[in-house]
Amino acid sequence: MSFVRVESVSREFSLSPTWLSRVLPFVESKTLTAVDQVSFEIEKGTTYALVGESGSGKSTLANMVVGLLRPSTGNIYLDGQDLTDPALSLSEKRALRRRIQMVFQSPYASLNPRWRVGAILAEPLHAFSLCPGRAAKESRVAELLEQVGMAASDARKYPHEFSGGQRQRISIARALASEPEIIICDEPTSALDVSVQAQVLNLLKQLQRDQGLTYLFISHDLAVVSTISNRIGVLKHGQLVEQQAAADLFSSPKTDYAKMLLKAAPKVSFS
Amino acid sequence: MRRFLDSDFMYAFRRSPVAIVSFVLVMVLILSAIFAPWIAPTNPFDAGSLNLMNGFTAPLTPNMFTGESFFLGTDDQGRDLFSAILYGLRISLFVGAMAVLFAMTLGVILGLIAGYGGGWLDNFIMRLADIQMTFPSILIAMLIFGVARGILPPELRDEMAITVLILSIGLSEWVPFARTVRGSTLVEKEKEYVAAARLIGLSRWQIMLRHILPNVLSPVLVIATITLALAIIAEATLSFLGVGAPRTEPSLGTLIRVGQDFLFSGEWWILLFPALTLLALALSVNLLGDWLRDTLNPRLK
Amino acid sequence: MSAPLLSIKDLSVTFESRYGVLRAVDRLSLTMKPGEILGLVGESGAGKSMTGSAIMGLIDPPGQISGGEIWLEGERVDTQPEIFRGPKISMIFQDPLTSLNPLRTIGDQIIETIRRHAKVTNGQATDRAKQVLTDVGIDPARLNDYPHVFSGGMRQRVVIALALVTEPRLIIADEPTTALDVSVQAQILDLLQALCRDRGASVLLITHDMGVIAETTDRVAVLYAGRLIEVGDTRAVLTDPQHPYTRGLVASTPSVDPSLNDEQLYQIPGAMPKLDALPSGCAFHPRCDSATSQCAMEQPQFFGERAACWLLDKKEQS
Repeated sequence: MSFVRVESVSREFSLSPTWLSRVLPFVESKTLTAVDQVSFEIEKGTTYALVGESGSGKSTLANMVVGLLRPSTGNIYLDGQDLTDPALSLSEKRALRRRIQMVFQSPYASLNPRWRVGAILAEPLHAFSLCPGRAAKESRVAELLEQVGMAASDARKYPHEFSGGQRQRISIARALASEPEIIICDEPTSALDVSVQAQVLNLLKQLQRDQGLTYLFISHDLAVVSTISNRIGVLKHGQLVEQQAAADLFSSPKTDYAKMLLKAAPKVSFS
Repeated sequence: MRRFLDSDFMYAFRRSPVAIVSFVLVMVLILSAIFAPWIAPTNPFDAGSLNLMNGFTAPLTPNMFTGESFFLGTDDQGRDLFSAILYGLRISLFVGAMAVLFAMTLGVILGLIAGYGGGWLDNFIMRLADIQMTFPSILIAMLIFGVARGILPPELRDEMAITVLILSIGLSEWVPFARTVRGSTLVEKEKEYVAAARLIGLSRWQIMLRHILPNVLSPVLVIATITLALAIIAEATLSFLGVGAPRTEPSLGTLIRVGQDFLFSGEWWILLFPALTLLALALSVNLLGDWLRDTLNPRLK
Repeated sequence: MSAPLLSIKDLSVTFESRYGVLRAVDRLSLTMKPGEILGLVGESGAGKSMTGSAIMGLIDPPGQISGGEIWLEGERVDTQPEIFRGPKISMIFQDPLTSLNPLRTIGDQIIETIRRHAKVTNGQATDRAKQVLTDVGIDPARLNDYPHVFSGGMRQRVVIALALVTEPRLIIADEPTTALDVSVQAQILDLLQALCRDRGASVLLITHDMGVIAETTDRVAVLYAGRLIEVGDTRAVLTDPQHPYTRGLVASTPSVDPSLNDEQLYQIPGAMPKLDALPSGCAFHPRCDSATSQCAMEQPQFFGERAACWLLDKKEQS
């Protein structure tokens, strides 16, 4: 059985601007279907990439998998356990949360500017009651920083003292703090420069090799996706129009949309 | 401390003469209010030390009966005006600061709840704010003050006057805090560090107080400074109208009210010096607030 | 060889700050031929947008052009106020929303631009506006629409139309497709390319995307920390980069074809230095794996026409 199973998940948003227009019967209510009946599975230790242009629903889907948004319909299973089950107890929810973490797009907005890096990394340890004791937490923070290629002494600094790439490393370290099994990466490199993007992609790959992590990788950039994913799903207007093993998608795309995306992607190589 | 002295904030401060002058003036006024009992030559409210013979002594002129001389003159009861102003400043600043603290706490909490919670609670709080904004705040303060005086038993009235004054000014000034904090909260709550905090299962209150609050405070500081000037003036206005600080604990406003009785009989100093002190205080606090706003948020210029 | 359309000599742009004078652009020299598309590529903080703004005359205090000359068609322009450059140089920005007035129809805005630069009647200007909209692939009937009803790609087409109406000799396009989806990006770049070819206008295309450079430009100039480090024909620079930074930039750009990507992507260590903490000598030397002691001490000049790197000096000697 697959490690992560997303089963005909949909999400609708109400577009009616005010509370009044939602309750009045004669005002036409408008909804937007951001994600429409999407199903896919992710094997343990692999990377599944969701590719799509703006408005394709890829971020909405990521937020549902990680638990920031509730699906309107459909179920999401982790290791056979239904994440969307309303009957989950608080402690079950907490246990599930620890296993799923997220790395965000913006290296600037994803770290609280008023907190020191050490405090940012120690927060998940507190929240999940890991590493009891101050000394144990400090050494775990140092270990996390070293895992992402930073120095233990960086824990004393504030986020603004780091470059975009380094901040993204800190963000990855925070995701790793609770020893998750799956990390959702929402456009983790799209705000970074190319040379730094390569550093972050390599780091993610190395962490996957070392710790057997599973990734759900969200991106608009097919070139980035091609370096990291095992399987790729193509989203268009909320629907999963195509999914294939990565190599197959690039060599023989099935749908016109995927072909168009591949053709439009700017290429550095001259043929 | 060294980091603070080296910060961009201090750099901007050192390069702004307006900021330095108003800061120094505010500090002088605050310090003289705090240390009034040590600075003031007499205790103006110790009835025993007053000599009615000293009444209406002009500034720096010896009294014709007692030969005593007073820096800023005396009032009708022979009270040293300089001492009275120092003690009045104390009351004015205390009432202003406490009122701002109260308004700030209330406004920040309501703003956080409205901004982070959203929904009907947001609607309720902000409509309340809208309604309150349609009345001048001094009217609201007078209303609250009047209601509170009506409820309190007569023997407690003078005792509680200052507390009631603080609460009524505070309640009339929370709206700008709430609006600003709600606005910044709406921006901050969409940022990814808040999503990260939600992912590890922090409660709403933990996220609001630990994560969002520190990031919405710098505009609050600006509003607090500007509101301090407003609160001091509001207090003076109420006291001038005779509904504020009692004569037993006179503020600058009370002194001005007393002084205006003598303006046209030639004892101009009784009005002028408390009024000038109030002007200096309100103006310097306001200038400091304006400078803070320009420095902390250049977009508001 | 034809006379250059644009020639920049030793251009420096500096900013006064409490940390001292920051050099955002450092003695940059470039020439552009008429009708060519020159790519200006670099990572954030390289000074590429600043160079574009300097040519346009859009540097505001505390920044200033502190040295060098900018010549356009044999006329020195950096000493002229911005207004004189208007009809000859146009600029296209990353975010089309900020370059269009949301309260006025696109027709109004195009017609106003036409009439500001040429003495024509309202009717002539309207005809001209319709023509230019047709050129950029927008139905001229939409002349009376407001910017917000257009999609991002369509809006960028309007901005291009607006940039073209004055028949400029040079168009500076600052990350014109960064905010757009890939499918739209390709259309916009093709459009820009075709329109400029037809009119003989040159384009200075500022971008961070090596793919966009490869597919759109004739020549490319690579900036690092405000300095020009390599310049040449796009194909030559991308297939055989001479400067280690360019080499790293090309190698670290992932390819859409997974078979072309190594298991480990090539990565340049470290990050672009901040302007207030520029390394001595060659600004790239702390990140360069072939750096020598000379690189840390002296800033390299151009050796030959291609690149500024001490390694090339040694090659020439041996």
